[in-house]
Amino acid sequence: MAQYLGFLVLVVLVLAAGCESAVFSPVLESHRSAALELFSPADGSYGSLEETYEALKTFKVLGIEKKHYITTSSCASVAQTLKSTSSVSKDYFHALRINSILNCDLNIEAFRGTESVLKGSLNGANSLIDFYFSIGGLVLLKEQTPEVDVHLVDADKIFRSIKALGQSDGRWRLNSNNPESSNNAAGLALEALAGVISLATPQIDNSLITTMKNDVLKLFDGIERYDDGTYYFDEKHVGALGHQSPLSASASVVRGITAVAATTSEYLNLPGDKILGLAKFFLGVGIPGSAQDLYHQIDALSCLENIRGSTPLILSLPATVISVTKKDQLKVRVSTVLGSPAPTLSVRLMQIFVSGTKDASVIDQKLKFDAVNGMHVLETLPKNIDVGSYVFSFEIIFDNPEHKKTYVTGGRTRVLVDITGVIKIDNAEIVILDGDHGSIETQKKLKLPGGNDVALSANHLQKLRLSFDLATPSGNAFKPHQAFLKLRHESGVDHIFLVGNSGKKFEIILDFLGLVEKFFYLSGRYNIQLTVGDSDMENSFLQPLGYVELDLPDAPEKAARPPPQPVDPYSRYGPKPEIAHIFRAPEKRPAKELSLVFLGLVLVPFFGFLAGLVQLRANLKNFPKATAPSTFAILFHLGIAAVLALYALFWLKLDLFTTLKALGLLGVFLMFVGHKTLSHLASTSSKLKSS
Amino acid sequence: MGRSATTKDAHALFHSLRSAYAATPNHLKIIDLYILFAVATAVIQVAYMAIVGSFPFNSFLSGVLSCVGTAVLAVSLRIQVNKDNKEFKDLPPERAFADFVLCNLVLHLVIINFLG
Repeated sequence: MAQYLGFLVLVVLVLAAGCESAVFSPVLESHRSAALELFSPADGSYGSLEETYEALKTFKVLGIEKKHYITTSSCASVAQTLKSTSSVSKDYFHALRINSILNCDLNIEAFRGTESVLKGSLNGANSLIDFYFSIGGLVLLKEQTPEVDVHLVDADKIFRSIKALGQSDGRWRLNSNNPESSNNAAGLALEALAGVISLATPQIDNSLITTMKNDVLKLFDGIERYDDGTYYFDEKHVGALGHQSPLSASASVVRGITAVAATTSEYLNLPGDKILGLAKFFLGVGIPGSAQDLYHQIDALSCLENIRGSTPLILSLPATVISVTKKDQLKVRVSTVLGSPAPTLSVRLMQIFVSGTKDASVIDQKLKFDAVNGMHVLETLPKNIDVGSYVFSFEIIFDNPEHKKTYVTGGRTRVLVDITGVIKIDNAEIVILDGDHGSIETQKKLKLPGGNDVALSANHLQKLRLSFDLATPSGNAFKPHQAFLKLRHESGVDHIFLVGNSGKKFEIILDFLGLVEKFFYLSGRYNIQLTVGDSDMENSFLQPLGYVELDLPDAPEKAARPPPQPVDPYSRYGPKPEIAHIFRAPEKRPAKELSLVFLGLVLVPFFGFLAGLVQLRANLKNFPKATAPSTFAILFHLGIAAVLALYALFWLKLDLFTTLKALGLLGVFLMFVGHKTLSHLASTSSKLKSS
Repeated sequence: MGRSATTKDAHALFHSLRSAYAATPNHLKIIDLYILFAVATAVIQVAYMAIVGSFPFNSFLSGVLSCVGTAVLAVSLRIQVNKDNKEFKDLPPERAFADFVLCNLVLHLVIINFLG
């Protein structure tokens, strides 16, 4: 239905509608705050010289003020490194890099010493890293101290030895022993070669420079690509420098080719789309999460900002959602990757594609440049653009044709734009029709989108009709993504119907005679709800409209039961029904008094026993009188008493094993004294008998 | 006449038994008294159980068996200590008494364990 007539169907490009329409925006304020957060100094310094350099370089590119104490502490460590005799070329390299940013106040003597160490390291270098650090250090030294004489006499030899580590696919190995090559190493090698060229007196042979340029172009053959037009370098293997992410590998290559482009006299013929793709890759990362990734991103972007001969220009839209109702204007910004203004140019809107279809229209409209904001503004949208999703295709045209040689724009830039608006809803009404004749029984007008509360009643012989018109602000028909009518029964069973349309008019007719079975023969109140929505509709709504009392016939026996409604999922966390446990009724116990009476009664025989003993004139005459036997006798009786006490304790609280242990001990004791006592008694009685 | 004869006979029997019993040595009488005491305690416990029911049955059993057990051990002591008993002539009475004490202690350990 949404045929925006008057469009010409053009040849569909390989890059179909939808791809390559991502928006890349230059470096934002959020990068600055991220930098401050990620590069936070611990104890007044950033750790190693390398980390300090990364922090300082990032702050410099983003234009963040350095704190004074950072500057002084960094300068102090730089001075110390340059003076120290144990520093290696790597330390000098990092120290000199920091100095190039901070311009510390340093003694010229320190530099002389540095120069000799670096030259010595260069002569003895055999791995790419050694070359990189020593040459890099010498280049920095030359910039910072013109008094110190830094020039390479045997530059050709050094150049060739670095080249020897290179491979035919444009990548480099780290040293001759290691067969693995990587893009990261290629970047380092190109920087080193560029350094050699700048330091060489006399000039290096031109043929060598040409081979270096060819290496750069070969390196670009190994570049990888995402669908949205970004290009990047990745590493296949984990090299000696540790795992390299695409970000660090691409950043290294970018540094290398920037250095090469800066040294050659004429422009390096770099593939423009790939440079732009690399710029988009770094911008597409957004805000990296680690300090080192942020450094790589910002450093690479600062290289791309100033790369000689192929500076990428980024076309970005601050807002890609334009409201027709609010009369928003489409604004376009063209700038460098770091956000600096581009040279004078004009932006033309060339084509508009309808998103999701192959329709396109040729516009070729120039955007007006607003010098105050630095934006190109599309003052009025083309006439046949209505509410919906589109892909706008822009082209950049330089005012000065010379700029085409130094800047890269990437031809046509495609951007996904959403045009939104307030959709007008008219003539909304809900009607109950008599089945046979189609005559209207009840008719209610609706106010959409607004609050409605209609009360209708119908039986199964009637029909319900809902109709309304939808129109865009410019009066065209509009088909939203969603147009649903939902009827929900009191018990929770609901039914959803799609509202169909023809042109502007949306209508649905519910014939209850046919729907009786679908409704599971449930009579009663049905709440009506209407949903009309679209991503480009600013006033999408989901409205309850009221209710309809439906009188349906009774369900026959074989009719389907309505589906069980989902139980409230949180009710399972509520309290469960109480469980009444049935315990065994406790045994009936006798009355306390009765028990006490019998306790007394049980003790009576004992007293009877004692009384009987008295009557029988029992006595203790036979109790031994002499000291030793009497002791044993007493101990014997005490032992028995102790055992009985142990038993009482056993009943009250001890367990069997403790009791048995104690009993064992007591028993042994008792045996001993008992034997003594009884044998004494036996001997006295036998003495008596014999006498 | 018959009745009075039986009663007279019963009286006579009772008297003769009583006089014969008076002749037993004192230490045997003590043992007999002890036996009587133990049995009486057992009877009172059984009467209590008859009144209130046998709910903690193990307690009832341990109480009754303690009395009965100690009575039995006292009987065996009496047999062994009795001088007229030819079978145990060589057994010194102290030894018998030691056995009595030891067995009582073991019995009471078991009783206390079973009492609960």
